[in-house]
Amino acid sequence: MAEKVLMKGNEAVAEAAIQAGCLHYFGYPITPQTEIAAYMAKRMPKINGSFLQAESEIAAINMVLGAAAAGRRAMTSSSSPGVALKSEGLSYLAGCDLPAVVVNIQRGGPGLGGIQPSQADYFHATKGGGHGDFHMIVLAPSGVQEMFDLTGLAFDLADQYRVTSMLLSDGILGQMMEPVDLAAPPPRELPPKSWALTGTKGQRKPNIVNSLYMNPEDLERLVMERYERYAQIAAAETRWEEFLTEDADVVVVAYGALARVAKNAIAAARAQGIRAGLLRPITLWPFPKAALQALAGRAKAFVAAELSMGQMVEDIELAVRCARPVLRCNRTGGMVPTPEEVLQKLEEATA
Amino acid sequence: MTVFQKPRALADVPMHYCPGCTHGIVHRLVAQALDDLDLVGRTVGVAPVGCAVFAYNYFNCDMIQAAHGRAPAVATGLKRANPDSVVFTYQGDGDLAAIGTAETVQSAARGENITIIFINNAIYGMTGGQMAPTTLPGQVTQTSPYGRDVTRTGMPIRICEMLATLESPAYLERVSVDSIKNIRQAQKAIAKAFRCQAEGRGFSLVEVISSCPTNWGVSPAEALDWMREKMIPYYPLGVYRDKTEGGEQA
Ligand SMILES: Cc1ncc(C[n+]2csc(CCOP(=O)(O)OP(=O)(O)O)c2C)c(N)n1
Ligand code: SF4
Repeated sequence: MAEKVLMKGNEAVAEAAIQAGCLHYFGYPITPQTEIAAYMAKRMPKINGSFLQAESEIAAINMVLGAAAAGRRAMTSSSSPGVALKSEGLSYLAGCDLPAVVVNIQRGGPGLGGIQPSQADYFHATKGGGHGDFHMIVLAPSGVQEMFDLTGLAFDLADQYRVTSMLLSDGILGQMMEPVDLAAPPPRELPPKSWALTGTKGQRKPNIVNSLYMNPEDLERLVMERYERYAQIAAAETRWEEFLTEDADVVVVAYGALARVAKNAIAAARAQGIRAGLLRPITLWPFPKAALQALAGRAKAFVAAELSMGQMVEDIELAVRCARPVLRCNRTGGMVPTPEEVLQKLEEATA
Repeated sequence: MTVFQKPRALADVPMHYCPGCTHGIVHRLVAQALDDLDLVGRTVGVAPVGCAVFAYNYFNCDMIQAAHGRAPAVATGLKRANPDSVVFTYQGDGDLAAIGTAETVQSAARGENITIIFINNAIYGMTGGQMAPTTLPGQVTQTSPYGRDVTRTGMPIRICEMLATLESPAYLERVSVDSIKNIRQAQKAIAKAFRCQAEGRGFSLVEVISSCPTNWGVSPAEALDWMREKMIPYYPLGVYRDKTEGGEQA
């Protein structure tokens, strides 16, 4: 077993990417994710990789697109305002079926917002992230170990399904220090990148990477095929954690750093005799709908806790088909609820 | 035409360009350069958003289609990921000099070892003839129906001159495809730009004064006259930077 190393969340992301064989990083500075770029700037030259500070987030995502088209693992990271600028590129990546990894260390919005942690980019991340019909796989770590593990997974999933994987995290997790086990994930068998633009070498027909289809029938067919792939992803890759849900009357649904706050609130609720549990989505897309539906058979109420005015709550309500009340616990703009605030909602839900 | 046989680097498919459009000529010149330098097998081309969007079907090398204006960023990613490849972009003036200005200037400033073929036809072709940053003073377009009013829209951007203020570009030349003599020179310039990249010298851009008879509202022959009489005086042909072997301007 490898020894654990004390690391910041952002550094764990960068190290995981490098260990996953990502040798191409493109980014533009923005708080609170600059440690990722700093780590890459230091390490890439030493391992024959490329680090490039782009002129904008728009350029950075298009550089990722170019490197991905060349068949290489590539990554960019940013925070909310910068990720919004990447939307066009995210759409092109989807339209070109290119695998890429994008990290969003979220901060408060809208506009320039603030630099404190937030989960207000849930809609942007899970409902497409750009124009057109498409999805990204969205992974939501809840600690530094998961910042590391899910970054590695993000690359594998991207390559396996030819999609963008987004690591949706926040400033708390980015800055937090915890011990990390730097063990490599179990290897996956991944499809060869026969579509990569490496030059024909005179040995094959030209490869074309493109998202333009003038014939609507062709475009519809391609989008539908992509959605079949999305259905496979939903069937095989949906991830979540359940905590004390077996006998729960009320279930908090929270992800990321806020799930940790929720666990404290649940412990306090249990001490008071309230049977509370937690469902923590690890993949936000695909969303653990079936798990929620199953819980809705038992639990009387749900609490959607979010660092936003309530975005994931819509998916929760859909998953439980509005058969159970879903209370909301929202702080936004960079504010984080205390366990007592979450506890209050649990009391309300079971009153 | 200087080129009689179809270059091998050009795919055997009909092009969709309007009669008299010079995009087709420039495609040939690019393909001929790739043939002559024996680069086709290691080349990756980046098609723009613009009339040349379907360029990904016209070259016998690996091709990608970039978002509007982002071709130099995509080319940067391709090149950094695979430094042995030869990467070129083919962009119009809306793509390169308006929406993609940042990507153009910054890839040049980095001295990115890529080649840009820049089609300056003084108009947005694909969207039906709107004003471009390169539209001439007084020129009538769909969005300058009374002629380009430079008191409100400024003077046209001269890309070669602008990029020549940067230290890093290795090779910048403006050519035209209005006459056989100028096409010959354009052929030399495009070949030189690719050689520049293959030799690892850094950023090269060839600006090609081109035509858009359809949106200029003139015949193909009149378009060639218009390039000569109106465009070239404002956009002087010549070498703006040459750090290649034997180049005059290091
Ligand atoms: C983001 C975005 N904005 C606008 C467009 C619409 N559009 C398509 S082509 C084009 C202009 C192309 O003109 P130019 O680059 O001069 O090339 P030409 O067609 O003249 O060869 C525009 C504005 C687009 N496709 N994407
Ligand atoms: S619209 Fe203009 S630039 Fe486009 S193909 Fe026709 S003539 Fe050429």
